Amino acid sequence: MFDLDLWREIFQSISKNKLRSLLSGFTVSFAILLFTLLFGIANGLENTFNSFFKDDAQNSIFIRPGKTTKPYKGFKTGRDIQFKNEDYDYLKENFGDKVQYITSRVYKNLTASYKNEKSSYSIRAVHPDHQYLEKTLVYDGRYISAKDLQESSKVVVIGKLVEEDLFTKTLALGKYINLGGIQYKVVGVYRDDGGDNEERMIYMPITTAQKIYGNNDYVDQINLTYNPAMDYDEALSFSTLLTKKLKDRFDISPKDQRAVRVRNMAEASKNVNLMTIVISGVVLFIGFGTLMAGVVGIANIMIFVVKERTKELGVRKALGASPRSIVMLIMLETILITSLAGYLGLLVGMGTLELIGDSLKYYFITDPSVSTNLIIGATVSLVLAGAIAGYIPAKRAARIKPIVALRDE
Amino acid sequence: MNQYINQMLEIKKLHKSYPIGKESLHVLKGIDLSVQAGELVAIMGSSGSGKSTLLNIIGMLDEADEGEYILDDVPIKNLNEKKAALYRNKFLGFIFQSFNLITYKNALENVSLPLYYQGMGRKERQEKAMFHLGKVGLTDWAKHLPNELSGGQKQRVAIARALAAQPKLLLADEPTGALDTTTSYEIMDFIQELNDEGKTILIVTHEEDIANMCKRIVRLKDGVIMEDEFVNQVRASQYV
Repeated sequence: MFDLDLWREIFQSISKNKLRSLLSGFTVSFAILLFTLLFGIANGLENTFNSFFKDDAQNSIFIRPGKTTKPYKGFKTGRDIQFKNEDYDYLKENFGDKVQYITSRVYKNLTASYKNEKSSYSIRAVHPDHQYLEKTLVYDGRYISAKDLQESSKVVVIGKLVEEDLFTKTLALGKYINLGGIQYKVVGVYRDDGGDNEERMIYMPITTAQKIYGNNDYVDQINLTYNPAMDYDEALSFSTLLTKKLKDRFDISPKDQRAVRVRNMAEASKNVNLMTIVISGVVLFIGFGTLMAGVVGIANIMIFVVKERTKELGVRKALGASPRSIVMLIMLETILITSLAGYLGLLVGMGTLELIGDSLKYYFITDPSVSTNLIIGATVSLVLAGAIAGYIPAKRAARIKPIVALRDE
Repeated sequence: MNQYINQMLEIKKLHKSYPIGKESLHVLKGIDLSVQAGELVAIMGSSGSGKSTLLNIIGMLDEADEGEYILDDVPIKNLNEKKAALYRNKFLGFIFQSFNLITYKNALENVSLPLYYQGMGRKERQEKAMFHLGKVGLTDWAKHLPNELSGGQKQRVAIARALAAQPKLLLADEPTGALDTTTSYEIMDFIQELNDEGKTILIVTHEEDIANMCKRIVRLKDGVIMEDEFVNQVRASQYV
């Protein structure tokens, strides 16, 4: 039921008692403002942490060959270990059930040119699975396919920044670039959250690179992701097993730490996840504390407001105001003020985050923002708290005998 | 007095005590009082005599422990807050010593407040309030806030407010207590005029001259009525 007269009374009471209204409004605005800023900054911290590890799949295992550092089975120290395609096949055949994605890598550094533009780039020759391992986001065209590998096609997928460097006037897709004197067709362009370096890469089929640049089946590195169903301990024992099998395969001393290096991301990501949980916990605690402080503040002000208005309420009662209308008057005024003030605090908070957000990168705060739902939830709970905090003294004021209220001078 | 006018107020064997710690203070010890419509009654007594308690009970701001209270043929008992509010609004008009105007409302808004609680429409409310402000001679001051008015003007606004709801009974608690003598007589003159028009009015006071301007004086002492006499009314107009 909309009662215009009641609202008129409320607006008059708010506008004629500016200090009181401002005071209650300020408490709520300030609490919501703090809450927004705090949550925003904490989210920014979390974003920064996540971005460090966003580049690669978190269940990755990187396997790199090196030089032996211990003599073993008649082999001398200092022997180079070289992976080949057969090692890739070996891993795929023997650990197929534990492996989600697997790819070999061959590295090259070549000068690429298109028309008059020319620059030097890192080339990664890979299997199609590489896309998932590196979280490559192809937004134009396609990635390297199995068919490309079969046919050793002269195709490349280039990073966004490569396209920007070389293709100043046109889109790269479908054009041919020159890599060390050979023409390759650009079949895809990609983005990568790993940063600029990752977007300055060129991918090509591994078979093409092996055929053209050396005519061998050498592999520089093998990357894989383990089955995500595995838990942390299983993942660790899996990488230990891999290390052991590879050492056997290449006749490397079990004590040699350098000849084959197996790096498991599970360890790093476990620490990051823990850190994220700790930060979220701290933020939740502080945010909740801020909100509680706001609730206490608004409760105090409501008690003060009702106390200040006791006489007025007594007059109203003597003139025939029912207890219910007294409670309504106070509650609606409170709800109106706190809602408006909360909304204001929300706007200012979000605006501030928007304004200063980018300048906080130096302090490990990336894109500080808060979900609108969270802030609206906080505002609503503060409004409710204000209403409840207002209800109790209002109820008491409504029960107080008018004569007592009127004598109170 | 004209005995054919109907009974406005009938009080029989009214008792009221207040607990003070473990003891109980017996404030009203069996009050019997009846007031006819059109009377102008002064209730006198020193502080502690129970006069304010009696007025509170008559004003439904407080309830008696024992006894009967009938107001305009309606028995007043077992009132809940809501009903008390309704009866106060319908039957009673209050005038206070300290005026009790709402400070942030102008004279007109103060006068129309009881009409708001009667659920009257805004336009009608303002017209009625304006009429009553005119009756107390403050038409030109309708848009002024209470702190822009003199004490006498404030009390006149308060009287207009008490009249606005057209109550059966006007209750005045020390209406001249905060005013100087000249202004007090002006207000009493006004109250007498209202009474001449037929309003029933009860005034609590401890000033003899004010009491003598009423038609009947009821003296309370220690919770009982010591004296109840009709007096020759002194007209306030002769002093104004």
